[in-house]
Amino acid sequence: MDSVLHAVEGFMYPNEVELQWSVLIVLYPFITGLVAGAFILASLERIFRVEAVRPTYRLALLTALAFLLVAPLPLQLHLGHPERSFEMYLTPHTSSAMAMFGFVYLWYLMVVLLLEIWLDYRKDIVLLSQRTTGPLRLVYRALTLGSDDISPRALHTDDKVGWFVTLLGIPSAFLLHGYVGFIFGSIKANPWWSTPLMPIVFLFSAIVSGIALVMLMYMGFAWLREQPIDMECVDTIGRYLLYAFVIDFSLEMLDLLHRIYEADESFASLDFMVHTKLYTSHILIQIVLGTLLPIGLLAMVQVIRLSDAARRGLYASAGLLTLIGIFAMRWNVVIGGQLFSKSFLGYTTYKMGFATREGLLPAILLMILPFAILWVLVRLLPPWPREWEEAKPQEAPSVSA
Amino acid sequence: MQEDRRRFLIESGRFLLLTGAAGIAFDHVLAGEPEKAPNYDATRHWWAMLVDIEQCIGCGGCVRACKDENGVSHEPFYFRTWVERYHVDPLDAEHPRVDSPNGGHDGFPEIYRQGDGAKAFFVPKLCNHCEHSPCVQVCPVGATFESPDGVVLVDKSYCLGCRYCVQACPYGCRYIDPEQQVVDKCTLCYHRITQGLTTACCEVCPTGARQLADLKDPKDPIHEFLRTHTINVLKPQMATGAKVYYNGLDGSVR
Amino acid sequence: MRLLEGRAHLVRVAGLFAAGLVVFVVIRALLVPADFGVYGHYRAGALDDARKLPVVHAGQATCAECHTDIAELRAKGRHARIGCESCHGAQVRHAKAPDEAKPERPNGRTTCVNCHAANVARPAKHPQVDVAEHPGDDTACIACHVPHQPGTAPEVK
Repeated sequence: MDSVLHAVEGFMYPNEVELQWSVLIVLYPFITGLVAGAFILASLERIFRVEAVRPTYRLALLTALAFLLVAPLPLQLHLGHPERSFEMYLTPHTSSAMAMFGFVYLWYLMVVLLLEIWLDYRKDIVLLSQRTTGPLRLVYRALTLGSDDISPRALHTDDKVGWFVTLLGIPSAFLLHGYVGFIFGSIKANPWWSTPLMPIVFLFSAIVSGIALVMLMYMGFAWLREQPIDMECVDTIGRYLLYAFVIDFSLEMLDLLHRIYEADESFASLDFMVHTKLYTSHILIQIVLGTLLPIGLLAMVQVIRLSDAARRGLYASAGLLTLIGIFAMRWNVVIGGQLFSKSFLGYTTYKMGFATREGLLPAILLMILPFAILWVLVRLLPPWPREWEEAKPQEAPSVSA
Repeated sequence: MQEDRRRFLIESGRFLLLTGAAGIAFDHVLAGEPEKAPNYDATRHWWAMLVDIEQCIGCGGCVRACKDENGVSHEPFYFRTWVERYHVDPLDAEHPRVDSPNGGHDGFPEIYRQGDGAKAFFVPKLCNHCEHSPCVQVCPVGATFESPDGVVLVDKSYCLGCRYCVQACPYGCRYIDPEQQVVDKCTLCYHRITQGLTTACCEVCPTGARQLADLKDPKDPIHEFLRTHTINVLKPQMATGAKVYYNGLDGSVR
Repeated sequence: MRLLEGRAHLVRVAGLFAAGLVVFVVIRALLVPADFGVYGHYRAGALDDARKLPVVHAGQATCAECHTDIAELRAKGRHARIGCESCHGAQVRHAKAPDEAKPERPNGRTTCVNCHAANVARPAKHPQVDVAEHPGDDTACIACHVPHQPGTAPEVK
């Protein structure tokens, strides 16, 4: 334990020496952000009629669901008393941003995501329940909720209700991640967190990471299934990724500029931190490698005419770098916010365990888990047209300009 | 029908969000006034503490007594109260040198020399029992709260151990109890003050640098003291309604 | 029933949601502690829990009930306002069972040094000595000074 004290430079309040929020709390906003971002991408097609991204619509919804199911796990693992977490539902403290998580989460999971996926897949579920044999048939039977009605009238109703749910889902997705930003942004005791820009920065970085993830998933699944990648689709996603990224980066730079110019009592402390302990993760990984480079790659596609293969390579690299950059951003917020003393007189170091409850190993497992869930979901509810299904007219890739 | 469903969705969302809060608010209304505990009426007290920097000799007695009284872990990162030593160049108050070896538990070995041109003093710290506590505000479940007599307490059988309150306290007064894995902090010796005793730290303070005060008691000498001295609280810019009042607090203290 | 045509499945979902909501409200009513919210957003019993904790420092009034001689002696000297447990440590066990829990005698040097070793950060008016000069060796302070009555009794025997 004394090694913890050796990590302290300068003066910290004695109780501050132990870091409270570990890498698991880094995962929480990262994963929630992917959910919100993936959903926003799905809503592009549904609400804003960006037909080009249709091939990713269902995949985006399933991705959002897979990650949303995992989102509370890192929190749960981190709690001193996980068995008491249900108290958030019993006696939520209305003045606590964190207390609302349970409700925002349930709302988003049940009312938005599950409902939208169910409505969208209902026809498939009913058909699958009739064609599948074995125990899986029971699963599909249960999912139909005992209603086989896939008459045009029923499907039309589903479409209208689904559209409305998606419409409701956009502010919900904003709420889901904006409020995660608020959890940090509203802590006046911590100047690294306390900024009204925090929710909106979190929101845009969430959109960026979600779009990047769905783009990668789409390309990855196409590669796995040995299907051609719809280039118009990924070009469109790449373009939206670039737009969102530029806004996100501008907001973050605005925050930075504001801090540097105001240079309040906390500035010297934070400045020192960014130049030393956070230099690699903040300047190098988050800003250079994870933001400027992918923005550059995405912008390059816009100005230079490149072959399909080259564009695919650029999108894949930009997508990966984006995810690394956004993860670094979450890291720098959560961990960075705890490395300096609230007395502004000292600093500590975060030492991550490996096979401990809040160590690297559980963090890695938690990051693999959503992909495993997604694999199951994709098996259960294939997001692409089935052989036996008549091709939908919208599938023709040359509809929009 | 779709209208119905839409309304149902909205209503159910609103219901989900509000049941918890409204239910509790209603219980609160029905409950009436705080219970009359035997010999102690919480509504007739409003506890605070006075710390006189000019009297503190940095003996660390308060830190030791607090750990004994409250069974606080002896590891050097868990303190309900601790003492800091400030060493300030009068022309550079923005960069004081501060230390608190083991929270002052074992006293302060001399590391400065007489006549080095700096001013030096001790600052005892503890929970400020804020009237507008950031920690109470952020607790998701109501496991930390302000008692009717103005003491910020933790319900250790209800705390999740989410640590949000630790992040929200501007003064670094909270820690996670390493054994129970719930948050812990100064209770202003609630078990003592509610039966007529003073806090453990005040009991042992040899110079009277720490004084328990009851702001609702018109005879408490604190009223006179606050009126006739230059008083400040820690980090007044945080606007937390801190109730630990410091006499002779230097501007360099944070 | 025309109204339900093509919509029966939606009614089923709505039913599921309603059932979930009812289950939630029932569970919540059963599990929220009965005394939650009596005074504010917390469990009222937590106040009693906080009050029930054992007292460890007896308080000088308790000490003075038996040790009247020492209390009188102390009242005359400069340590008059110092609580007994400042030097003697927490003594509630001794107060409850005086014969069984005998307190240890405080160290006649380190106890004094806690407060009286010279330190720049101490208020100048506070009596302090540089222990390297006074006494200069490891003589116990109480060899010369009377802890319960410093200042009035002859300082040096």
